[in-house]
Amino acid sequence: MPNYHGLFVILSSLLPCIIFLIVFISIDGFIKGVVIQNHLPNSLILLGQEEVDFSVSILRNNIHNLQSILSLEILSTDSANSLYNYYFFYRAGFLTLIICITTFLAYLAGKKLNVRFDARRNVEKILKFIFFVFSIVAVLTTFGIILSLIFETVRFFSQVSFSEFLFGIHWSPQTAIREGQVGSSGSFGAIPIFTGTLLITAISMLIAVPLGLYSAIYLSQYARPKVRNYFKPILEILAGIPTVVYGFFAALSVGPFIRSTGESLGLTVSTESALAAGLVMGIMIIPYVSSLSDDVMTAVPESLRDGSLALGATKSETIRKVIFPAALPGIVGAILLAISRAIGETMIVVMAAGLAANLTANPLSAVTTVTVQIVTLLVGDQEFDSPKTLAAFALGLVLFFITLVLNILAMVTVRKYRERYE
Amino acid sequence: MSKNINSMMLKRQSAEKRFRFYGQASLAIALIMLVVIISSMTYRSIPAFTNYGLNLSINLSKENIAQDNINYRRLIRDNISLLDSGCDDRKCRKEFLRLFSSGAAYELRDTIENDPSLIGKDFSKFILFSDDADLFYKFGIDNSLPESERRLNDREITWLNGFKELGLVEKRFSTNLFTNGDSREPEIAGVLGAVIGSLLTILITLIISFPIGVLSAIYLESFAPKNKLTDFIEVNINNLAAVPSIVFGLLGLALFINFFGMPRSAPLVGGCVLSLMTLPVIIIATRASLQSVPPSIREAALAVGASEMQVVFQHLLPAALPGILTGTIIGLARAFGESAPLLLIGMVAFVVDIPGSFTDPATALPVQVYLWADSPERAFVAKTSAATLVLIFLLIIINLAAVILRKKYQLKW
Repeated sequence: MPNYHGLFVILSSLLPCIIFLIVFISIDGFIKGVVIQNHLPNSLILLGQEEVDFSVSILRNNIHNLQSILSLEILSTDSANSLYNYYFFYRAGFLTLIICITTFLAYLAGKKLNVRFDARRNVEKILKFIFFVFSIVAVLTTFGIILSLIFETVRFFSQVSFSEFLFGIHWSPQTAIREGQVGSSGSFGAIPIFTGTLLITAISMLIAVPLGLYSAIYLSQYARPKVRNYFKPILEILAGIPTVVYGFFAALSVGPFIRSTGESLGLTVSTESALAAGLVMGIMIIPYVSSLSDDVMTAVPESLRDGSLALGATKSETIRKVIFPAALPGIVGAILLAISRAIGETMIVVMAAGLAANLTANPLSAVTTVTVQIVTLLVGDQEFDSPKTLAAFALGLVLFFITLVLNILAMVTVRKYRERYE
Repeated sequence: MSKNINSMMLKRQSAEKRFRFYGQASLAIALIMLVVIISSMTYRSIPAFTNYGLNLSINLSKENIAQDNINYRRLIRDNISLLDSGCDDRKCRKEFLRLFSSGAAYELRDTIENDPSLIGKDFSKFILFSDDADLFYKFGIDNSLPESERRLNDREITWLNGFKELGLVEKRFSTNLFTNGDSREPEIAGVLGAVIGSLLTILITLIISFPIGVLSAIYLESFAPKNKLTDFIEVNINNLAAVPSIVFGLLGLALFINFFGMPRSAPLVGGCVLSLMTLPVIIIATRASLQSVPPSIREAALAVGASEMQVVFQHLLPAALPGILTGTIIGLARAFGESAPLLLIGMVAFVVDIPGSFTDPATALPVQVYLWADSPERAFVAKTSAATLVLIFLLIIINLAAVILRKKYQLKW
């Protein structure tokens, strides 16, 4: 099988080549910086670190076209030429090195080939290893998330105390950017944010759980197969609509509607209310509740249903007293997943819930959530070391762990349920 | 006694009916909300599909100048002043000019650049009104408000009514919406830049997540030994599928932008972030679809001497491919509608140019919706609704492709 022999040579030479290239690309930026810094004139270095960083970033972005920025007078023509040559030789040298290594490896692999050589098994071993590396990517992503969040959070807590963040009731990170002002450290008490998140999640679950469960009951227990096949996908469209569309709908139609209704009843309602965001989010989450509940209720063994019906129970009594309790763990799992989804939902609350961190349980007032704060702290101009931006990562860590716990709980309950009836 | 039983039966039967009704009602409410959302978006987007403008005659016959030297802004201004405004001071003339779109000069430039023979001739050119004038023709204006609180003052309203009486005003289909990038002026803002940005992002997502997703699913399903490590990988993947999307944005910001120094606002970074999000979806779909291939196929191939690798690539994968592709498309559709992680990596920039490469600053269609929804101009409400319709329309097409693929190629065992 000659193609396996060819494949063996290609894999054993190109694979190291690709690894080298990846290493090259990841250290390229660093080396570029060092090369550039060595070429900066002394007069500029005396001006201080900020000036140096600025010049390095300009040169870095224009390294292929240094002539065009001579007018900025960072470098003289000579040193620009020398910098370009250095850079050119460094790159060309590295590429030549990689090509040489690859050719050498290809030669070695070619020498190995002979009649007795089992190329297929060797190729498959290499491929299996590559696949294994790919399957690690998901794990690396999780580690990447945890590490980057923890890293920034630790930096955040070196500036803001842990107890203030978890137990403080004042959240106004904005003041932190103005220096020399009273309270310029800002206040980072996250309690109003957590209560706001809980309030909106609670409202959305009040909508999604009953509507989703009853829809699932109807679709799985009452509806004829034809009706079910027709309506189930339509219901799931609700989960497929982009969240930004819900957010726009909530801000444009639902918010003003609630406000005008509230005013005609003599209530003061802010345009951006927890109720508007929660209502719309609840509608979005209906299919998350109904889809999984539907599955678990359909999976309840027929014998249980038949037994109950045979004893003279009506269909609704069977559902309420036999099927529902039997499917309860699965339904709880579905609800947990829906809660995790609601907590992590971003666009609806960003567009409809507002920014004011009010500590209130009144659904008619504006509240803010963890996700809204992450977005507002990180969108737009940002300095990377201020507690303001770092606070977003601390909030992100909280969000990640809460949803992680909910997801794992949900997974465990659903798995237990599946085992019971298998 | 029997009376008791009868009344009890009645109670139970009505409870039965009530219960069933609750089910139907919930389903109905959910579906009605779906209809309400879609139809309210459609209804609100209607004004965005047309623009009012007028045919302005451009006099280029008297002037004898080279194409490069034309000052288009001035040309438009001079020709607009030829319309009868009845103005004698500068402030009034300025107000009169404000009725017309500031994009008119660019459009005139494009027309002349496409057809240089127009220089030296008199011709008429359709120019758009500004957003306030456009809204006046579409909805009229609330005269009960005092003049200072209106977007248009009395003089401007008189001019606009005058144009109408003279029969100059014309309503045309708004091609700007589909051929332009973003703009601060609602009448010339379009979604093309955002759509291209989205497509570039999704392309990166596909290139990264499809091979990695499918191959790692194959590994976990066919080759992985059953041990703690593979169990851990599995739990990880399942959990990753339920991590809030904004957390991926935080990862992208910390890792890709701050650590690796990749460019902000670029589809490349957006695609990387979204592919990490799509990866678990593809892995789960691929595994499910590999599992649905009956074991007999695998055993038959093994029995005639195929290696494990050959079994997978020559027998299991072709059979599972429709399912894998369907899952991939669904995952990509989700990534297409996602905006939260893109906000964090800077794809919310105001980008006028249509992105041409993976590292150009760009925005995505859902983010464009968010940006426009935030704009104070009233005309952007209709634009935003139109953009959501475009978004939903594209998603329907993507999902239809998945459904057709499944219906046509899915093997039944």
